[in-house]
Amino acid sequence: MGKVLMKGNEAIGEAAIRAGCLNYFAYPITPQSEVAEYLSRRLPEVGGVFLQGESEVAVSYMIFGAAAAGERVFTTSSSPGISLMSEGISYIAGAQCPAVFVNIMRGGPGLGGILPSQADYLQATKSIGHGDFRLLVMAPAGVQEAVEMMMRAFPLAEKYRNPVMILGDGLIGQMMEPVEFRDDLRIEPTNKDEWATNGMDTRGDNRRNLVKSLYLDPDELNNHNLRLKEKYERMKREEVRYEAYRTETDYRVLIVSYGTMSRVCRTAIDLLAEEGLPVAMIRPQTLFPFPEDAVREAAAGKSCRAVASIEMSMGQMLEDVERSVQGKRPVRWYGKCGGDVPTPEEVIAFVRSLID
Amino acid sequence: MQSETQFAGFGGQGILLMGKILAHAAMEEGFEVAWVPSYGPEMRGGTAYCTVVIGDRPIGSPIIRNPKYLVAMNLPSLEKFAPTVKPGGAILINTSLIPVDVEREDVTTIKVPAVDIAKEVGNVRAANIVALAAFVAKTGLVPLERIRSCVEEEFSAKPQLIPLNMKALQRGEAAVAERETA
Repeated sequence: MGKVLMKGNEAIGEAAIRAGCLNYFAYPITPQSEVAEYLSRRLPEVGGVFLQGESEVAVSYMIFGAAAAGERVFTTSSSPGISLMSEGISYIAGAQCPAVFVNIMRGGPGLGGILPSQADYLQATKSIGHGDFRLLVMAPAGVQEAVEMMMRAFPLAEKYRNPVMILGDGLIGQMMEPVEFRDDLRIEPTNKDEWATNGMDTRGDNRRNLVKSLYLDPDELNNHNLRLKEKYERMKREEVRYEAYRTETDYRVLIVSYGTMSRVCRTAIDLLAEEGLPVAMIRPQTLFPFPEDAVREAAAGKSCRAVASIEMSMGQMLEDVERSVQGKRPVRWYGKCGGDVPTPEEVIAFVRSLID
Repeated sequence: MQSETQFAGFGGQGILLMGKILAHAAMEEGFEVAWVPSYGPEMRGGTAYCTVVIGDRPIGSPIIRNPKYLVAMNLPSLEKFAPTVKPGGAILINTSLIPVDVEREDVTTIKVPAVDIAKEVGNVRAANIVALAAFVAKTGLVPLERIRSCVEEEFSAKPQLIPLNMKALQRGEAAVAERETA
């Protein structure tokens, strides 16, 4: 099948089906309601289940139920809705169930606005809910990448028996771009008989599987937390992904940027190159695990004078960039919130201010 | 090479669809494309606009403040966006609803009475297709034949509308051809 022109939100829904996920429970919220609209029509066509929950909290537990039963399942929401789901996400992580959550971010805090934002970076990467756990977080910079990340998200969730989050912004959801659904990205579900409550009849054995996040014995809970920690350490070793742009030049500034913002930065970098000022970029494709080594090595480049974390938030990824650079170069932040995406010209002015 | 086209008008004029058809046609021609809608707390009858970016390499910033082209389907759109068009660009105005001239010397003006032509072919709602055909004929962004096949695909679920839209395409193309020979 060739390329089709699709809106990000619809492409995300279709990608889940192509990945073999036939369960979608959700509650509508701008700017991602088209995912639900699309899947309410499409899932019944392929024998799947579309269900609108009575609230995001309810949805998060519907996801927990389906995941515990060994089904591929996902939901989509936007910032305030994701906050409501955070309780369920913590339970799912604690109970080690695979599930996929998509956050098409809008401005905040509170109801904020409905325009594109990257204001949920810290929530997604550090502590989306109570307790000691992490999500594997991927950040697409376009519709095609959103599709590919969606298709990879389900097998990754199963590999780690952990929730995976796709963190996009409103523009990724609303924009139309050509997409291709690659069948080779479809990976069949893992066998979940060992742990899922998929029924003894299904499994053909007499063992009772128990899915839980409750550990009253302190040693048992500590050991559980250590097992979880080992998974997150393994993610750091095996799942880091990023794109390096113009890092082969004698760049004087290194930009770190992701999602829609990174595309604006790429245009700015191209314009600066024409003006004779070489600038490079590391674009994290995974936000957790963060490409620490890549950022540190690029920041240490001989000609590099400063590092800029450019994001549609008030300096959230900045903390990871500073941590990665380890004080070897000055790290500065530039960004805007509220939905007004900075222009290439604004990025150029900021980059120039770093070296003048 | 990159071009940016902003389509603007009021809700219900089929503004988003014009952009989608152009983006689709450019994709089929092998270009990189991005279609970016205005989305906000919009309401029926309010303003609607979208931007189509067409390029021969991956598109960087999809947010365009200064497009090369503007297709203005009503007066508020012209007033709001005409100053943003890049020097050397072009502005198409729907003269049926825009009784004024473009007050810029550094851009080309394409005048098309899109609503009047659409009424003549049988349905005022085809004004978007008339304007799109005129715009593409004038700018040559993609072959008109490709627009034709994309319009057919777009209306494949409502085939009874295809002949009307084909007529709208012809008349839109002819409208700019007449102007050139005049």
